[in-house]
Amino acid sequence: MDKKQLVVIGGGPGGYPAAFLAADLGMKVTMVDQEANPGGVCLYRGCIPSKALLHVAKLLNETREAAAWGVKYAAPQLDIEKLRAWKNSVIDRLTGGLGQLRKQRNIEFIRGRARFSGAGGLVVATDSGEQKLAFEQAILASGSRPATIPGPPASPRIWDSTAALALESVPKSLLVIGGGYIGLELGSVYAALGSRVTVVEMLSGLLPGADRDLVTPLSRRIEKQFAAVLLNTRVAEVKETPEGIHVRFDGRDIKEPVQVFDRVLVSVGRKPNSGDLGLETTRIKPDAKGFIPVDEQRRTAEPSIFAIGDVAGEPMLAHKATHEARVAVEAALGKKTLFEPRAIPAVVFTDPEIAWCGLTETEAQKTGQPVKVARFPWAASGRALTLDRPEGVTKLIADPETGRVLGVGMAGPGAGDMIAEAALALEMGATAEDLALTIHPHPTLSESVMEAAELLLGHCTHVYRKK
Amino acid sequence: MPAPFKLPELGENIKGGTIVKVLVNVGDTITKEQPVLEMETDKAVVEVPAGLAGRVAEIHVKAGDKAEIGRLILTLDSEATPATPAPAPAKAPAAPPLPAKPRPVPVAPPPALAPTTAPAAGRVPVAAAPSVRKFAREIGIDIQQVPGSGDGGRITEEDVKRFAKELNTSRPQVATGPAAPPLPDFTRWGEVEIQPMNAVRRKTAEHMSLAWSQIPHVTQFDLADITDMEERRKKLSDRAEKAGAKLTVTAMLIKIVAAALKTFPKFNASINAAGGEVILKKFYNVGVAVDTERGLLVPVIRDVEKKNIIQIAAELSRLADKARTGKIGLDELQGGTFTVTNLGGIGGTHFTPIVNYPEVAILGIGRARREPAFTDKDGCCQPRLMLPLSLSYDHRLIDGADGARFLRWIVEAIEEPLLIPLEG
Repeated sequence: MDKKQLVVIGGGPGGYPAAFLAADLGMKVTMVDQEANPGGVCLYRGCIPSKALLHVAKLLNETREAAAWGVKYAAPQLDIEKLRAWKNSVIDRLTGGLGQLRKQRNIEFIRGRARFSGAGGLVVATDSGEQKLAFEQAILASGSRPATIPGPPASPRIWDSTAALALESVPKSLLVIGGGYIGLELGSVYAALGSRVTVVEMLSGLLPGADRDLVTPLSRRIEKQFAAVLLNTRVAEVKETPEGIHVRFDGRDIKEPVQVFDRVLVSVGRKPNSGDLGLETTRIKPDAKGFIPVDEQRRTAEPSIFAIGDVAGEPMLAHKATHEARVAVEAALGKKTLFEPRAIPAVVFTDPEIAWCGLTETEAQKTGQPVKVARFPWAASGRALTLDRPEGVTKLIADPETGRVLGVGMAGPGAGDMIAEAALALEMGATAEDLALTIHPHPTLSESVMEAAELLLGHCTHVYRKK
Repeated sequence: MPAPFKLPELGENIKGGTIVKVLVNVGDTITKEQPVLEMETDKAVVEVPAGLAGRVAEIHVKAGDKAEIGRLILTLDSEATPATPAPAPAKAPAAPPLPAKPRPVPVAPPPALAPTTAPAAGRVPVAAAPSVRKFAREIGIDIQQVPGSGDGGRITEEDVKRFAKELNTSRPQVATGPAAPPLPDFTRWGEVEIQPMNAVRRKTAEHMSLAWSQIPHVTQFDLADITDMEERRKKLSDRAEKAGAKLTVTAMLIKIVAAALKTFPKFNASINAAGGEVILKKFYNVGVAVDTERGLLVPVIRDVEKKNIIQIAAELSRLADKARTGKIGLDELQGGTFTVTNLGGIGGTHFTPIVNYPEVAILGIGRARREPAFTDKDGCCQPRLMLPLSLSYDHRLIDGADGARFLRWIVEAIEEPLLIPLEG
């Protein structure tokens, strides 16, 4: 049995960049994945299909809002088959392209499911039986899957995010369990497509973890688009009946404790795929949450095995996995490398988008770290008004002594793209003054970053504060 | 399970080296930080840490082996040393930026698991671009220790380089002697007058200390018979005067020195001690020490090998005048490759001039005087005009024999003017 120099397990946004980079750096790479082409959850069942559908949702919403600008459309006619086909074509095009890139790099590919058999061996279950592999080093990028809750029965009417993205139908009513980013993104899609969407969240606010002032513009808009947003509310019981799914809620303010929905989407987070990998044959021991402990080079307790992406810990974000891929490959090659990001941007692709990176105001309050905060309201942005979106906000969190930018948050259309500037500022150790002195193009929403920085320094063109 | 330990990167531009000693034996259980090899690179002897923990199963090298980065050194049976999640980073200095503390430079940084630089929650991480952090990591500098020069303490690549350099120079040096003790109170013994040093004097003091501390000096003495040369000088001085120059011994010797430097290139060089290089200069710029009211100045005559003696003489008197009247420009005092100092106008015989750093040699000229000389034929004694010459040189580059040869060549060129067209 020949020994593979590097085996990458998983073809998602952690695995495929790892395999591609390792090949580019001269390693002989073998990739194991269950899909025909690379892409992983992100491309097949996550980031990409949801963004395609959110784009359609935004279009639908804007045709309705256009009435206020003097443009009236007739009610949209949905061809769900065609919409699904278009969404799938986006996936096919991207994953097919990655398959090409893999071939061009001469990366060996084994389609199947891998299990470790010791620190230097793998058994891959393929369609044509088991295949044994020996390796010098391996990068495990097995990803994550939707978390489940006890209670709801297994039923095609109880969805997880994968089922929701399959776009089997547009239900009349949809209950989204969990007010996190997945639930809100998918809830927004179905609300725009015509479902009556209810969101239920155990905690007191949507998007736990994000600063409240960034969530407010989204909450306000969602309250108009959704049938209901139930906070501080638990799902006590889920029962399937022929007429629908009966859900009993438990909460202080709940008016109708039992409601019936056509479909229920369970979006309560994701769980790392660390089970059934044969880890017991290695020294790797997942932690209580199922994450695989790694050091700063993403090396596991087994020196020949690296772990990256969702399986290696929070935040479970594609771009974190991609960056870890670089670190793990460099470490495998013996280079001096570290995973040491100053900021991992988080983006919620709702409308408005919410994005932040670095320190949040909430964290600063929790740790007692002194910070200076400036909020620039988009009502003072020309570009925001031309989009009829004055509710947005750009927020800068800085060190009060040096003016160093410590964190940036935004809510508003395009925030997900604009947060990249903040990530660069954080990585470069920029000060608010640096941002204020950088010429931003007019008229764009990006000016809000510059103006927030000016505001932090004491005076800003489009906001007047009495001294 | 067996894990290979390969020779990690040892520092910038180090491709490998010679193994001085293997510090572990088969069967030893070693930790990650434990040094396993002593390596001699062209920069230093360094200890190489294992980077992996485990039991030594096999040693693939021995003392005396040359090893390149990446060569298999050991095979380890790695013990169960579970990789814990990123350890809590060390507490940061309270008040950044931290001054550079003298400490040994980490020539061989730990190869694999470098110390964390990830920021802990609740404190501000150092401000440095990702590329700068990477650069510091690669040359083995802890970025948290580097004082930043930018806004908000931002660390630039230059800051990292400067910090690394300071670490290097703050290593104990053999050459530096004890610091000068404080002066006694001289007024206890009588009246004193305190005069501030002027700029030229301060610069001279600094420069002489530098030259004296850096250069191991040797001075070679010789005598040149200039009886014939003096005769010719007098004979030709009218012609020179018509051409606008005063024909001097110094000017004539500068021309001879130029030819000597071409014949002995090592005397027209500088030493780059840090880089282990000798820089041979392909241009011949001779500085001439001039005594001025402000102090010692050394104007430089450029490209002496391309100039005739009259041109040299004219330029010398022009530069000397400018130096004495304080009109000399800084650029006219720079770029010398060799220095001549003539004290003959005042008197004295031999002396020991100090090499004008970073040059490597200096020629001192004394006062010529008539001496009885024995001619080889009949043993009869004749009066000859003898010129004392003193050549100081940097013994790091120039051996005693080289020094004697160089000075002899000059003496012979003085005594036999045909030598320059013949050999020079």
